Amino acid sequence: MTIDWANFTPWAALSGGVLIGLAAALFILFFGRVLGISGIVSGLLKPVSGDTGWRIAFVLGIFAAPWVWLLFSEPVNVTIDAGTGTLIIAGLLVGLGTRYGSGCTSGHGVCGLSRLSPRSLVATLGFMATGFITVYIVRHLVG
Amino acid sequence: MQRIFEFLIGLVFGLGLILSGMSNPGKVLGFLDLAGNWDPSLAFVMGGAILVGLIAFQVARKRTQTFLGGALKLPNRTDIDKRLVLGSLTFGVGWGLAGFCPGPALVSLGSGQIKGLIFVAAMVAGMGIYELLNRKTS
Repeated sequence: MTIDWANFTPWAALSGGVLIGLAAALFILFFGRVLGISGIVSGLLKPVSGDTGWRIAFVLGIFAAPWVWLLFSEPVNVTIDAGTGTLIIAGLLVGLGTRYGSGCTSGHGVCGLSRLSPRSLVATLGFMATGFITVYIVRHLVG
Repeated sequence: MQRIFEFLIGLVFGLGLILSGMSNPGKVLGFLDLAGNWDPSLAFVMGGAILVGLIAFQVARKRTQTFLGGALKLPNRTDIDKRLVLGSLTFGVGWGLAGFCPGPALVSLGSGQIKGLIFVAAMVAGMGIYELLNRKTS
């Protein structure tokens, strides 16, 4: 292992993380819900009356973020190496996996670990492990 | 009024993803590539978020109502079952293949990237397949 110092951005990462945590904090303390993106999105698939408005408002806020960002800052560098086939397979696995696992990086990784939930710790260790292994296989064994 | 507040929280969350680098799959994969030229940045994203989250959930745990007087719903499951483990392992494979998890994929879709749209469409399809397979016959 070598450290990629050229791309290492600890302060931006830490302050961005604080914003993510702030959003999760406001969400639980004002709306009484755990901020989990996979759960919020999947709830739109089988709409329950009175339970969709907040999901749509929240998702629209995320959609607006890149545009608001451009009002105050330079566009950020975004690299998406995956081709269409990989994106489709990856998307399907993320959709299925987060439903079976009841959460993703936000619900388990941020909120779950913050509330010291054993389920979320297991989930987070699980998806981090296969994330590391998958990249190892793709970049160092196959690639 | 509440809808505006929910929109703003989504906005703060999305801006956090962008500022932190999470919305860039290249950077996410740089973090997941332990054996290569490793970029540890995303560990700091988790650190920053959990720092704030720990305080918030400490407060939340002692309350039954939100600051607005609504119901405060904390998950209460503690069982570690096969679905949780296999689901999370599956999610990680998808995350490692493309570098997208659900939040950043929504940022990408919002910014108009076609690859973000493809990923989110497939992700929603995956969630739909789950719903079909787990339909309650009541």
